[in-house]
Amino acid sequence: MQISKSAKNKQIKKSRYIKPVTPMDARQTILIIDDEIQIRRLLEITLTANDYKTIEADNGKDGCTLAASFNPALIILDLGLPDQDGLDVLKKLREWFTNPVIILSARNSEEYIIKALDRGANDYLTKPFRTGELLARIRVATRQNSRQQEARMEFGNLTIDQDKHLAYKNSEIIKLTSTEFSLLALLAKNEGRVLTHTYILKEIWGHGYTEQTQYLRVFIAQLRKKIEDDPSKPTLLITESGIGYRFSGI
Amino acid sequence: MKLQYFKQSLLKQFIISNLSVIFVALICYISVDFIGYRSVALLLLATVSILAIFFSLYPVLMAATMSALIWDYFFIPPHFTFYVSKSEDILLLMMYFVIALINGIFTSRVRQFEKLERQKEERHNTIKLYKTLFDSLSHELRTPIATIVGATDNLMQKESNISNVDKLELIGQISTSAFRLNRLIDNLLNMQRLESGMLKIKPDWCEISELINSPLNWLEKELLTHNMQIEIQEEFPIVKLDAGLIEQALFNVLHNETLYTPPDSTISVQVNYKNNCINIVISDNGKGFTDEDLTMLFTKFYRSGTKVAGGTGLGLSIVKGFLEAHGGTIKVENNIPHGAKFSIKIPTETLKMDDYLSFSNANFKVS
Repeated sequence: MQISKSAKNKQIKKSRYIKPVTPMDARQTILIIDDEIQIRRLLEITLTANDYKTIEADNGKDGCTLAASFNPALIILDLGLPDQDGLDVLKKLREWFTNPVIILSARNSEEYIIKALDRGANDYLTKPFRTGELLARIRVATRQNSRQQEARMEFGNLTIDQDKHLAYKNSEIIKLTSTEFSLLALLAKNEGRVLTHTYILKEIWGHGYTEQTQYLRVFIAQLRKKIEDDPSKPTLLITESGIGYRFSGI
Repeated sequence: MKLQYFKQSLLKQFIISNLSVIFVALICYISVDFIGYRSVALLLLATVSILAIFFSLYPVLMAATMSALIWDYFFIPPHFTFYVSKSEDILLLMMYFVIALINGIFTSRVRQFEKLERQKEERHNTIKLYKTLFDSLSHELRTPIATIVGATDNLMQKESNISNVDKLELIGQISTSAFRLNRLIDNLLNMQRLESGMLKIKPDWCEISELINSPLNWLEKELLTHNMQIEIQEEFPIVKLDAGLIEQALFNVLHNETLYTPPDSTISVQVNYKNNCINIVISDNGKGFTDEDLTMLFTKFYRSGTKVAGGTGLGLSIVKGFLEAHGGTIKVENNIPHGAKFSIKIPTETLKMDDYLSFSNANFKVS
């Protein structure tokens, strides 16, 4: 039973290897590194249906090889791999691979997810995940040069002007302190991306303040009061429990 | 378990039992002129008997032997020799030995027996608990699996005349069942964390509305049929606790509310802060609980008489565990005029937001 299963896996894997990537094909290639065949199939079906091309590996070693030979537009990496720690795979990939990596992991492992994000993963999803959510994350991650360079960012009734250091809600200026503005601008520039507590604290307050999560709580609460329509039901500044914040500019 | 008990304290037991025999002997030696050497034997015997109540067999036997020798050497004339001159005293000494030994052995036997009985009872209770767990688990696991298998079978039938509406409903059932299984696994994992003593809370600063809102978001779909009222005290400070655990606890209580109150009921969440404690009151205007429910509700595997699908009797006991890990409490009572009312209290450190804001703004001007 065991043998036949792994043989079957190998066969499927092999067929993926041979599949040629024609230069004419404009679809983006996504590499899936996950040891569970069911998850790989699910991802393949979902992604192919949404105009992505997929290549697959069921272990970390093959994953790195495939990444090197195909240079995919994005990698979906499962943290629980049979041969190596997913974090090590991520580290190896990040030595040269600059395209986005999205982490797929089992639930209840916030520490692990934070480590992965701090080591260069762009986003994460926990199993079980909604495919709609996955596609949204992929779109955000692969969006070219995000909104970093935009001087004026608009999200519904909220406008952020980076040159003038001003934010408007319904065309009216929102009174923000400089720290509040920096925080808002940082999150907005990375629209759709999860930023860890540590990362935000480092960016806004500096290296010595990465443990001072109370700053972040206070300022996020304050910002919500100023920019959200209903601060108790935030739609812009989304909490990623135990991990960080995500700006959702829908 | 028993072996460990011996290993850990056997040496200590030997030392203590010998010391107490010597101590009693010393006191007797001082007062032997008043009490006579024969009553010394009784006092020593009493000491050995008391030791036998608390200690295991070997230290007691040792104490018995030692006390007999001490009595012989120091008290029975002629003194400072093991030689006994009177035949009467020889008899007494022999009797002393026999009684001390029987005393020691008998008491330790009784204790061993008691211990075995206790272990048996514990084992019995554990088996009963596990039986309950596995009964409810297998049922709770099989129901969603049966739904998934049935629904997929229907959907995979080539020539079926299932309407599109029904197809969508079947797909919806598969989805619901999957999430139910997931929730069950979450609860099992949480239970295991509590049971194994591996649960370490990691308190961090968090904001109260975030804390209340995440479980409400997770329950978005379930709460559509209910009216929610949320009241959070103004000017709430930021608090320090393990947000993950508290959110899970609130989720479990609220999820229970959605399961056990009829549609269109009102669930209200009131949060205030007093005397370094967060008070969260979650109440509803449903049917409330029976007296048995009220006393048993947080007991592991307890399920209310009005069983609703999707429960294992774990949810609320996890709530209690998570809150207790924070030094907090949860109480349940019936609401007036009807319904249930859960009162949660969590002690916590706080920071007043306004003070903090002006402070940190002044100190951390950033470009």
